Amino acid sequence: MLGLRQAELARQVGISASYLNLIEHNRRKIGGKLLLNLARVLAVEPSMLTEGAEVALLASLREAAAGLPRPIAELDKPDEFAGRFPGWAEVLAQQQQRITGLERIVQTLSDRLTHDPQLAASMHEVLSTAAAIRSTAAILAEPGELDPEWRDRFHQNLNQDSQRLADSSRLLVSFLDESDTGDERRGVPQEDVDRFFADAGYHFPALEQAKPEAQPALIAEVIADASSLLSEAARLIAREALQQYCADARAIPLEPLQDILNARGFDLDHVAHRFRCDMATVLRRVGLLPEAMLGQAVGLVVCDASGAILFRKSAPGFILPRFGASCATWPLFTALTRPQEPLRRQVVQHSRGDHGYECFAVSWPHRAIGLDRDPLYRAVMLIVPSKEVAPQAQVVGASCRVCSYNRCAARREPSLLREEF
Amino acid sequence: MSRHVVLVEDEPNITEAIRFLLTRDGWDVDTHSDGSDAVEVICAAKPDLVILDLMLPGKSGLEIIRDLREGGELPGLPVLMLTARGQLKDRTMAEEAGVTRFMTKPFSNTEVLTAVRDLHAQARLAAQPAVGSVSLSSMGAATSDETHARPRSKSG
Repeated sequence: MLGLRQAELARQVGISASYLNLIEHNRRKIGGKLLLNLARVLAVEPSMLTEGAEVALLASLREAAAGLPRPIAELDKPDEFAGRFPGWAEVLAQQQQRITGLERIVQTLSDRLTHDPQLAASMHEVLSTAAAIRSTAAILAEPGELDPEWRDRFHQNLNQDSQRLADSSRLLVSFLDESDTGDERRGVPQEDVDRFFADAGYHFPALEQAKPEAQPALIAEVIADASSLLSEAARLIAREALQQYCADARAIPLEPLQDILNARGFDLDHVAHRFRCDMATVLRRVGLLPEAMLGQAVGLVVCDASGAILFRKSAPGFILPRFGASCATWPLFTALTRPQEPLRRQVVQHSRGDHGYECFAVSWPHRAIGLDRDPLYRAVMLIVPSKEVAPQAQVVGASCRVCSYNRCAARREPSLLREEF
Repeated sequence: MSRHVVLVEDEPNITEAIRFLLTRDGWDVDTHSDGSDAVEVICAAKPDLVILDLMLPGKSGLEIIRDLREGGELPGLPVLMLTARGQLKDRTMAEEAGVTRFMTKPFSNTEVLTAVRDLHAQARLAAQPAVGSVSLSSMGAATSDETHARPRSKSG
């Protein structure tokens, strides 16, 4: 017997896969008939299995062997291998577990691309409309006279289809960039963190009220209880974001902040002055306040010096890309070029001319600067929906691939919309 | 000699454009937009060729072609499938179901016309008794530089 999947091993010894998992992780001691059966199926001495870790190691080695297309010599002696080279055996077993984890992620992402019914329906709509436009336009572009009745009919069709294409493209963009994350999207750490914060309403009353010395333990507890944080990477990202949240909450306590907002609205300069803190702290703090306290929903984006988005909270109607680079014209990125200088911009997103926003942005050194230590900057942008679109509003996009503003000086790649249609 | 095509497509403006192109090319074009009774419509019409969309209301293009092939009523009927889904597995499934040619949207008018003419010529060639050699042009297959009168008005 060369290789054996874990589920098959469990079946052969008459236990569930989850029980085998407990044994493998030393959480269930085994003995008696089960010990003898496991040893028989794994083809090792029972004494090898008295420690649960050995079962885990041997099972992983068996699983690694099971993945090979054809038998290779010596694979039937994993116990000898583990006995002679325990370190290498452990490395091999860990690599096998890592491969299994990666395969699961690839499967999730592949499924997402190929089996997402909403994405498939949106793409079908866009491509069908494009087909109708292409065919009709080609007929109209042919040289020679076209019967007026046909010509008028085709003009009318072209007009209808252009409108449909605009609508369906907008829906597709909205789906790609701001739709709710479904179960099939689980597995990407940043998305898990987005879900975790959204589920909590971006507000953690228990952390607000806890004393500073109690906050680390409380953060660990909140993270341990979060069902949306599936990976260690997601938990690390969430932990750092919550540490920042606690630091900001300590700098600007909730109740006096509420009083200022009630009395003076978005007077952010005053908030910074009153609490003697920098503008970055103010923007992060205000951006995560509950909608009921602010009287309206606002968005918040944080990036690092490479432009990678570290944290995002959507503002109504403002498209935040789900993956990849964002629009380089956002005030967020301008703030990176002007370290620690706050800026305010009225913006409107291209092709969404009915939504105006007031954006406040600033960058701050993320770690202490020293004589021999270069600063590491991060930038934050608070996005506040405006009642009206300001006449001088700066036009920005979401990301190049879904933006059809072709004359943009910041364009770095062709638009999907422009290329296809 | 009149050539008859049934076009099953639920997108009205694609239907209109293809009907115009094929009518101008000398085809009698019947159109239908519902998948659920498409098999009956095709069997009753006994066309020379069928153009079939993949995603249709009522019944998919794949189900329609499977029913047609399994029913065996119109053996050798060429079927051109149009679809927005162009992945290899979609193409493979369509071919296994009995589609003669597979074309992804958005297509060009020339591609559609060329495919329709080729499929019709090949079907007629296949239907001929195997005596001597027969050229495509003698079978009525149009060439790319062939000219056709434009329809005078939009037909029903």
